[in-house]
Amino acid sequence: MEFKFDVKKNSKKIDELKKVITENKNKKGPLMPILHQAQKIFGYLPIEIQKIISEELNVPLAEVYGVATFYAQFSLIPKGKYTIGVCLGTACYVKGAQDIVDRIKEQLDLEVGGTTKDRKFSLQATRCIGACGLAPVMTVNEDVYGKLNPDEVPDIIKKYK
Amino acid sequence: MDIYRSHVIICGGTGCTSSNSDKIEEKMINNIKDKNLDKEVKVVRTGCFGLCEAGPIVVVYPEGAFYSHVKLKDVDEIVNEHLLKGRIVERLLYKEAFSEGKLKSVNEIDFYKKQRRIVLDNCGVINPEDIDEYIAYDGYMALGKVLTEMRPLDVINEIKKSGLRGRGGGGFLTGRKWELTYNANSDIKYVICNADEGDPGAFMDRSILEGDPHAVIEAMAIAAYAVGANNGYVYIRAEYPIAVRRLQIAIDQAKEKGLLGENIFETGFNFHLEIRLGAGAFVCGEETALISSIEGKRGMPNNKPPYPSDKGLWNKSSLINNVETFANIPKIILKGSDWFREIGTEKSPGTKVFALGGKIKNTGLVEIPMGTTLREVIYDIGGGIPNNKEFKAVQTGGPSGGCLTADLIETPIDFESLSTFGSMMGSGGMIIMDEDNCMVDIARFFIDFTVDESCGKCTPCREGTKRMLEILEKITKGKGELEDIDNLESLANTIKQASLCGLGQTAPNPVLSTLKYFREEYEAHVIDRTCPTGTCKDLLSFYITDECKGCTKCSKACPVDAIEGKVKQKHIIDRDKCIKCGECISQCPFDAIIKK
Repeated sequence: MEFKFDVKKNSKKIDELKKVITENKNKKGPLMPILHQAQKIFGYLPIEIQKIISEELNVPLAEVYGVATFYAQFSLIPKGKYTIGVCLGTACYVKGAQDIVDRIKEQLDLEVGGTTKDRKFSLQATRCIGACGLAPVMTVNEDVYGKLNPDEVPDIIKKYK
Repeated sequence: MDIYRSHVIICGGTGCTSSNSDKIEEKMINNIKDKNLDKEVKVVRTGCFGLCEAGPIVVVYPEGAFYSHVKLKDVDEIVNEHLLKGRIVERLLYKEAFSEGKLKSVNEIDFYKKQRRIVLDNCGVINPEDIDEYIAYDGYMALGKVLTEMRPLDVINEIKKSGLRGRGGGGFLTGRKWELTYNANSDIKYVICNADEGDPGAFMDRSILEGDPHAVIEAMAIAAYAVGANNGYVYIRAEYPIAVRRLQIAIDQAKEKGLLGENIFETGFNFHLEIRLGAGAFVCGEETALISSIEGKRGMPNNKPPYPSDKGLWNKSSLINNVETFANIPKIILKGSDWFREIGTEKSPGTKVFALGGKIKNTGLVEIPMGTTLREVIYDIGGGIPNNKEFKAVQTGGPSGGCLTADLIETPIDFESLSTFGSMMGSGGMIIMDEDNCMVDIARFFIDFTVDESCGKCTPCREGTKRMLEILEKITKGKGELEDIDNLESLANTIKQASLCGLGQTAPNPVLSTLKYFREEYEAHVIDRTCPTGTCKDLLSFYITDECKGCTKCSKACPVDAIEGKVKQKHIIDRDKCIKCGECISQCPFDAIIKK
């Protein structure tokens, strides 16, 4: 997807990030905690932010990028306003979670890992969220929907449209 | 301390929180205040009760009334009837907790009867966010005993004598690991707790951290004293927000009380503990990969030896144990290794926590003595298979484990028995499957997972799992050949032998075990081009049933002229011509066309 990170508009947030970096700089192994904080501040990790982290920590950008792309939780693209997570843990899978994913993909014309053009929804296939008693489960941001069948998906999505 | 006449215990595990137990708590507290009962009744939010199926769970003491499936709107009734007027709300009681007009205590419920709670004994009992409650249940007594009465080698010997084995999956002797770290020549040593629970059907470690975080902190301090470390890390998945928060609260409270930090119990022993968050990489459960991740690198494993006990975090000697392993330690120190050995089997003493899920009535968290049979867990504790379906297989060990069949249901659960039959103990996921689950598809599911999670460092795992997935997809799409099954088997064995770390070495297990016990299902996909359970959609065939009235709509709609039949007579589908587009189904007014 296409997007542009506006450095000017984000200058306050960048100051915040620099503070986080100063606080963590002298820790052993500071990169992961800083990336976590950065993602919290910006919602994702655009290359501009990775460059700042690389410069401030004096670590090659390749290394920052390498770590940011290795872990599933770090996102290099902006996330939608609502992140839909469908649990694809084993317990949910044997109870039909794949059908739930398929229905959401069809409803929003969205691939797993992608964000809709209007940046409203992102779709993620998550690993076990530990609500196995409610399998199959989907989440929309903080809201949890359990014991689902695919026909309930359109109504749930409608709530957030 | 205030004394209350009633305690309302609300489950705050992730399962119950997902069905609003946090809002139930809030409403309960407000209602109690409105009725001026807040000096008489105390509301406590605890860790996981285990019986997630019945969530959200609310228990009112002293009566021990076990309310299940509580909804927000039920709160008024519990407060008005039970707390105010002393009348138990029978309608909301868990069915089994109430018979012939009498309340049964929680321990008499079938689900709990065969369990033995050692690790989970505080879960669902104490408020995990209050260190005083932990201390009231003998918390930090083991640490006190160790620091004031025992030398490090005494501690290690006690753990060795207990025979405790690593609960993260490998089953390595914990005492031996501690001894190796103790003996290592390193100026600085670290103690690390592996809370990167990655098995996609397991949530034991999370529940322990959510329900009893201090037990893990106390155990880590004991371990640090025993091996000679002063710093520790808990490496935990960022996907577990409740656990992370409670653990942080617990660490702060322990620091405040002088149970972490400098000069603990005024013995001169220092131990500093820090949380490090994972970021969604299954391979980081492997200890050397976990170490790389704490160091701020890509979480890739390294060759062993050197083992972490020699060269671990920042090349210093490090002790890594899993959450559940640690949670056993304070109990062993307080009650002694002899007591521990009495539980479980000779080679696998103690208990094991399992996350029971899938096609089973009582989904949830169970803790059983080792040696309990699969049948006891599935039928006596789990309540059997719902909807009168047939039990087909049980999967343990997640993506590293395998499926066991109905013939093996009397197998005792211990490290050796499970691996003899081609599965493994793993970290504790236990998924039950019924007759509707396709075993080829399950194998594909797990390999899809490992392909996603393979870190890419070694070729057998990176390339091999991908090729396995391609073969499995070919088979589930109905394009498999007989030789594919043989290739799959040979490939699986190669990956098992040649991979660098535990992830790759165990990744083929789901394939090998399903091939071993369900080969005929693979063959049905390949030879007969059918999926016996109807799971693999590409293999479904269309049939017209006797409901057909011969309206001809379907044959007109069929784009490849695969449907024949005369008006007012039953039509027939030519399955060689049929492209399974489904157009006929959408046209049929009588629901007379089915897929099977």
